[in-house]
Parts: sequence; structure tokens; C-alpha cells
Amino acid sequence: MMSRRDPSPLMRTTTGFLFVGFICLAFADIAVTTGDPWKEFSLLLEGLVTPDFYKTDSLALSLAYTMAFALLGVALANVIGFGLALIFHSRIVRVGCAFVRAIHELFWALIFLQLFGLSPLTGVLAITIPYAGIIAKVYAEILEEADRRPLAAVPVGTGRASTFLFVRLPDAWAHFRTYSMYRLECGLRSSAVLGFIGLPTLGFHLETAFKEGLYSEVSALLILFYLVIATMRVWMKKPLLPFYLIGAVAILPWSIAFSWAHITRFFTEDIIPHPIRAGGENMMTALGDWVSMLLYEQIWPGTIATVQLTMIALVVTGFLTLVFFPLISPLMLGRAARTGGHVFLVVVRSTPEYILAFVLLNLWGPSMLPAIVALSLHNAAIIGHLVGRFTETIQLRLDAVKGMNRYFYEVVPRIYRPMLALLFYRWEIIMRETAILGILGIATLGFYVDSAFADLRFDRALFLILITALLNICVDAISRTVRAKLRLQTSLEER
Amino acid sequence: MALLELREESAGYNGETILHELNLTIVPGERIALVGESGAGKSTLLHLLYNRLGARAALMPQDSALVQALTVFHNVYMGRLHERSVWRNLRNLVLPSRADVDEVRDVLAPLRLQDKIFSNVGQLSGGQYQRTALARALYHPGRVIVADEPVSSVDEHQAREILTTMNGEKETVLLAMHDRALAIEFADRIVGIRDGRIVLDEASNGMRPGDLDDLYRTTDP
Repeated sequence: MMSRRDPSPLMRTTTGFLFVGFICLAFADIAVTTGDPWKEFSLLLEGLVTPDFYKTDSLALSLAYTMAFALLGVALANVIGFGLALIFHSRIVRVGCAFVRAIHELFWALIFLQLFGLSPLTGVLAITIPYAGIIAKVYAEILEEADRRPLAAVPVGTGRASTFLFVRLPDAWAHFRTYSMYRLECGLRSSAVLGFIGLPTLGFHLETAFKEGLYSEVSALLILFYLVIATMRVWMKKPLLPFYLIGAVAILPWSIAFSWAHITRFFTEDIIPHPIRAGGENMMTALGDWVSMLLYEQIWPGTIATVQLTMIALVVTGFLTLVFFPLISPLMLGRAARTGGHVFLVVVRSTPEYILAFVLLNLWGPSMLPAIVALSLHNAAIIGHLVGRFTETIQLRLDAVKGMNRYFYEVVPRIYRPMLALLFYRWEIIMRETAILGILGIATLGFYVDSAFADLRFDRALFLILITALLNICVDAISRTVRAKLRLQTSLEER
Repeated sequence: MALLELREESAGYNGETILHELNLTIVPGERIALVGESGAGKSTLLHLLYNRLGARAALMPQDSALVQALTVFHNVYMGRLHERSVWRNLRNLVLPSRADVDEVRDVLAPLRLQDKIFSNVGQLSGGQYQRTALARALYHPGRVIVADEPVSSVDEHQAREILTTMNGEKETVLLAMHDRALAIEFADRIVGIRDGRIVLDEASNGMRPGDLDDLYRTTDP
């Protein structure tokens, strides 16, 4: 008698996501539109292997600014995030944090750009605000997971503050430090990307150099950036932190002024939907038209493209992860080959997806392809690194098979669950990035946000950003449901 | 004058009654050991007593419950957190004051832990770990110690050292023990618990471990 196949929930979920991914891909525009992409690519490669470090002053300064924004932004976010983590049980705080972190740094930067112009405040706040929301959530989870047993031994009559200081804080502190380092790495990437909207960080020089075809300079900028990130554990020492922060405040060009009248107008006039500002008898009708116009012409197509690109990128990321993790896994490769694998993954994951997408877009022309490749490469390098590290804990029996048989029978079945957990965890992050890639000209929601800012229609821009935030919050909720259903867990170090 | 008196007391948690109509009077200076099968209600009774005693008692919880990320000094200092201001506690967390270090060192010396004062508790051996938990309870100013299986994870030599110190330093000692011989040796009153009821309450004088067998015998035929 034939037994009927009964796929596990894990397999059914995988099949479902693959199906959705392929449907999205079928409708996606992935054409290469540039005349001779390989010629430009070979020029780029030639530049990458011949870095030009001689424009030292602009290189050093842009790197210093990149670090200054990251340090100040992350430090401030740490202080605020820690404070918020203490009151994270309050619903308002939780919802507020979910909201601010659903909006990408670049969108925050576009908003602050209207308020403070190119003042350093724009860059610092653009990092601080979303990061504070993320840090508050993670720190609250760390405190939640701290060992509670010592609470029993605290003498009766001890105040809440003392109990917190001695019992809950010490165990959490080590996790806070590890997480802050990870956040600083993210902060450096965010800070670099802020250059693309005009702040004087790495991205600004990268964009200029790229547009002028100075690929050797691009290469020098990127190499220095990788060095800064790769050596972070060497230069980021606790006793040096105050000096770094003072230095960061000192070098940023604070002299750029902004006007309060301008800021007031932004909040009281500019961001109020145009029909409400105009007022009059037909205000409600006009407002309805305004909303439905945005809905049909921008929100709907923008959302479709964002979701489509996210789903394709998610599935491709999964495939690439399966290719990337063996590069650093002791189960699959020898020590020498793994070193090469580590360097490759560090470089790919240290390159912000925005920069990757920017480069590929210039090579291949505007379509979804550059975005898909950039998002998948970057995220697969991150997840591949974590999965590869996870395989270090797996003990295979001595007579285990080798080669491809080992990969398919011994390794992949063991890493599949943790890999899916990480993929679903990054789903929301991929979506946030997808939206932002619109600024580069791919028709996701970010494209419409950027156009609205360019046309000085701040009411539309803010409304579209709100929609983007809601979309991210929805995906986050779906991802949490899926992870809970499949009982997929990520450890604190992986968030 | 009794230190504590339970009259027809019942207790439990999550709506489930674990202890039924207990009567127990404790006078200062007594050394009482609660014995019985695991699950009989020893821990529940011990926590009931600890809750009644409040700040008069120091607790040594079952798993010692030290804060892993802190040093021996900090863990022992916690015994007097409630007596000090938040500022003094914060100061000692960041930079221990000389006076407080000296006080804690005096507690650690007889327990042979003075060299370990600034070690992280994660680096201690099992015996040192348990003695640190005892030091915390001894530093607590209460004259009563409530200890839940304080010697379950150390060898007999260390167990005797811990129990002797406890008896010498605190006026009243309330223990939960599964080692019957040690209970009889170090307590002067044995309270036997079975299915959440006190079924035995006698002086330990002249008692032998075999006399407690009834507490552990199953009721099934």
C-alpha cells in the first residue's frame, strides 16, 4: 500500500514562500538595459584592484565624518534606548518604538534635511531615532531574559533601584556591550549611506567618484571603510569612548545654521495634507480626492513593487545563504579555504546594500535586478556568516559521509531550522531596505517618497512614509506569527 | 516569646493547596530541619516562613542564586542592600568603598574566601560558590537564616563546614534537608513533612536516620 506524503509544516512554509517568490519574479522587470554592461564592469574591476589612496585629505575627512555620525548617533541611541527599555512594559513606549524603527534611517534623514538642512544634527538624529527604537526593544528583551533566581535572595525591604542595579543589570550588561558593538557596525553602514542624500560622509564621495568614473578612488574609499569595520574591535575600547565622542562633536561642522521659523512652518503647514491647508467648503471632498489619488497612483503601485521585490529578495537570499555558509563551515572546508570565505563574507556584508544596489544600477541600468542582487548578496552574507558559525557547534560522527552527500544529508537538515529563523527575522529588514532602494530609482515606495520630497510636497512625503512604516509593522507581525507557529527562535546575538 | 507561630495554616500557589492546616511554633535559638520526600512541601513551607519573617531573616535559596556577572564582593554585599542608600549601592557597584570591602572581607575570612573577594563568581568551584552564598546570608543582619538545601551540591566535608558556620553565626536556623544524617546531627528539632502535612515534630536528640523511614515510604500497597 502506498503511504501518503505528509509534508512537515517547515516544508509547507518553504514551498509556499518559494511559490510566492517565483510568482513575483515572473512579473518582475529584470532586464539589463545598459548597452555594454560588461565593459563598464571590467573598468570597475580594474579600478577596484588599483585603489588610489592619494586623494588623502578628502578620503580621511569623509571617513572621519562617517565615524563621527555613527559614534554620536549610536551613543545617543544607546542612552535613550536604555531608558526606554526600562519602561518598555508601557504600551505607548512599545508602539512608539515599533513605529520609529519601522522608518528607515534614510527616510528620517530626508525629513530632518527639511528641518535642519545639512547640519550635523540631521545625520545624528537620523541614526539616533530609529536605532533608539531598535535598541529599546532588544535591551528590554535582554533584561527580560536575565537570570531571575537571584531575586529571591535579595533582602526584604530592598528598594527597586538597588535590586535592579545588583540583580538585573549586571547579567544584562555584557549583552548590552556586545549588542552596542553590533549596532555601531550598523551605524557605520548607515552613516556611510547618509552621504547619498548630501551629508559629508563616505557615500557622498563614493557617489561623486562613481559618477565621474573614478573607480580607483571608489576602491580606496571602500577598502578604508572595510578596514574601519574589520578593525572595530581593536579601536573601540571602553576607556577611549569619551575621547571619540568629544572628537566626533569637535570635527562635525556645527556652524551650519537652521531657522526656527522654517521648522515651525514645516510642522504647522508643510506636512498638513494640502486640501486641509487650503480649507474651504469642499475640504472633505478635496481630501478624499487627494487620498484616493495617492492611493491609486503611488501607494498601490509602490506597495506592489515593494512587496514583490521583498519576496524575490527573501527567496534568493535563502538560496544564496545555502551557497555562502559552507565557505566558512569547518564541516565543509579546510582552514585555508575558510579564511578566504571569511574575507569574502566580511566584505559582502560590510558593503551597505544601498551602495551595492547603486553600483549595480549603474552597471545594469534601472530594473529590479540590481536591487534583487544587492539585497540578496548582503543579507545572505549576514545569515551565511551566522549559519556558518552555527555549524561550528555541530559534531558529526567519525564515519560521516563527505562532500555533497555530507552537505545534503548531514549539514543542511541540521541548519535548516536556524536558517529559516534568521531569514524570517530579516524579512522585515529586507522590506525596509527595499522601500529605501526606491530613492535610487526603482519604483518601490521610496521612489515616491523621494519624488515627493524633490517636489517639496512634504504632506505627500510624510503620508507615504507613514504607509511604509505600516507595511513594515505588518510584515514584522506576520514574520513573528510564522516564527511562533514553526517554533523558530533566534538567539540574542543574532538580532 | 515565639519568633513565629503558624496556626491551622494552608498555603500553595496557582490555586493549588500544597500545605494543609499546619501548626508550627518557632522560638528564637532553635535549629530546625525540615525533612521529607521531594515534592512533600518543604520548600513551600520554608518560603512561607521566610515571607512571615521578612527582613528578620536571610535566605539561602536552593540553587544559591548568585549574580553570575558580579564578583564575590558584590554578591556578598547584596546581603545588606536594603540597609544602604541607592547611591551607596551604586557607588559600590562601580567602585567598592574601602570600608565596605573590609566588612565583607571579615565575613569571607572564616569561609576561606578572602582571596577570592574580587573574583567573578562564575570562576568559583562548587564549594566556593556555595560558601559565597552562605557569606551573603551571614552578611545579612537578620538573626535568622532560612536555607533551602544549602549543602545539596557539595561533598560531606564542605557540608559540615557550611552547617557548622551557619549554626555558629546565626541565632535561629531553619533548614530544608534531604540528607537525614546531617539533619539529625546539625538540627536540634526535626520537622517531618509528608503530602503537605507535618507528620513528625520531635527533638533530634537520640534520633537515628532509620527513624525517619516512614516519611519516605510509599503509601501504595
